[in-house]
Amino acid sequence: MATEIFKMIFRFLNQLGRYILLLKKVFSKPEKRVVYYRQTMKEFVNLGLTSIGIIAIISFFMGAVITLQTAYNTENPIYPKYLIGLGTRDSMILEFSSTIAALILAGKVGSNIAAEIGTMRVTEQIDALEIMGINSASYLILPKLIATLIFNPVLTLIAITVGIFGGGMAGTLSGVMTLENYIYGIQYAFIPFYITYSLIKTVFFAFIITSVSAFQGYYVEGGSLEVGRASTKAVVYSSVLILLFNVILTQLLLS
Amino acid sequence: MISVKNLCKSFNGKAVLKDITVTFETGKTNLIIGRSGSGKTVLLKSIVGLHDIESGEIWYENILFNKLSFKDKKKIRSEMGMLFQGSALFDSLTVEQNVRFPLDMFADISNEEKEERVNFCLKRVNIVNANKLYPAELSGGMKKRVAIARAIALNPKYLFCDEPNSGLDPITAILIDELIKELTEEYSMTTIINTHDMNSVMEIGEKIIFISDGLKNWEGSKDEILSSDCESLNDFVFANALAKKLRATAK
Repeated sequence: MATEIFKMIFRFLNQLGRYILLLKKVFSKPEKRVVYYRQTMKEFVNLGLTSIGIIAIISFFMGAVITLQTAYNTENPIYPKYLIGLGTRDSMILEFSSTIAALILAGKVGSNIAAEIGTMRVTEQIDALEIMGINSASYLILPKLIATLIFNPVLTLIAITVGIFGGGMAGTLSGVMTLENYIYGIQYAFIPFYITYSLIKTVFFAFIITSVSAFQGYYVEGGSLEVGRASTKAVVYSSVLILLFNVILTQLLLS
Repeated sequence: MISVKNLCKSFNGKAVLKDITVTFETGKTNLIIGRSGSGKTVLLKSIVGLHDIESGEIWYENILFNKLSFKDKKKIRSEMGMLFQGSALFDSLTVEQNVRFPLDMFADISNEEKEERVNFCLKRVNIVNANKLYPAELSGGMKKRVAIARAIALNPKYLFCDEPNSGLDPITAILIDELIKELTEEYSMTTIINTHDMNSVMEIGEKIIFISDGLKNWEGSKDEILSSDCESLNDFVFANALAKKLRATAK
């Protein structure tokens, strides 16, 4: 039993060490800035723009459900109706737009990154880069990191906006509250720092999703089966780390 | 010229290369032959620096390559071209972009000059009207030729080919062999080819080394290979029925 625990600790430290060394390679000086710039623009499209749809759809329905659930759970007349709007707003800003959206992106973007880099590894495309004298880790991962670190906060803002809009639509169309009440509620006791808090979390989560997924893909050994496993691991590890850092960051930023 | 001295490499305690010493000559097609799993690919990848070696020396002319830092290796790597077993073309780039890639990364020339060079390299390997195609749209032979075009884009001094004929029909395989030999002579490159294809050996093998179980068992030319008294080499060379028949007839 003790040996197993020791082995597990050793494996974890070994993986952590490799992850840190990979990050060191990623953040070394780019070979040719123009090529990296072009690559980063591509990643904005691949990882950012293509995620707008799913984030918007899920945010809309989440906002709608939060509004309806809040309404049905606060039917007591002592609760003013505008609290439904306030509840939707704060839920969207504090948790959904950053944490839940990050979990969704871990599934979409994380698996994409791990599969892409993993396939490049097993088909020797990464070796081909190395042979040319290119820092493959930096060339493949840095543009993805830059793209997600910049674009994910935009996705968060979109999620907040669309979610609050979805809540308003559901609330008014279902007749649980008036539009005036909802608008008053989403403006009531607004704390601007919540937006900052949400964006800070998003940046951390974007880093986790991209770096952990890239790490899983970069060190794949074997064939398509292993690429599939790496992809799954990327999603699982990213999700667990997102939840862990959500607690840590919440304690640090809101306490 | 590339010299390997007393090279040893193992994976998880299992020795894969044992004390290999060999010199690969400039302007010649140097072949590493051996059975699958004999250590050919590990040797080739160790020479190009994709595998760290445990002991020994790898010299590129008078530079001890394996002791250089990643940064210092870059200069020599810019003089290398490599053709991988599966071609290793970048899936997300077109044929043209694949060949242009090393030029974009390392050549300080204008876009027009890059375009000219790309077209020259593609023409040189007989790829026409395929500039805008993606690797997934190419046949195996075309992929290999595009990979060769990419490998020679920067006028390399060293060309490495890992099983260039694998998965190709005999006629295409001969065309690829001939192309590699022509390019080697044309650019006076040091070419190292890793193969287990005896046709390649007899067509283009100017200097051949035979690896078996991680050991260099034999070294010579294609003219010497048929008369060798190395038992393991003969088992390899005359493995198929046709070769056995020819040998019996010759005797």
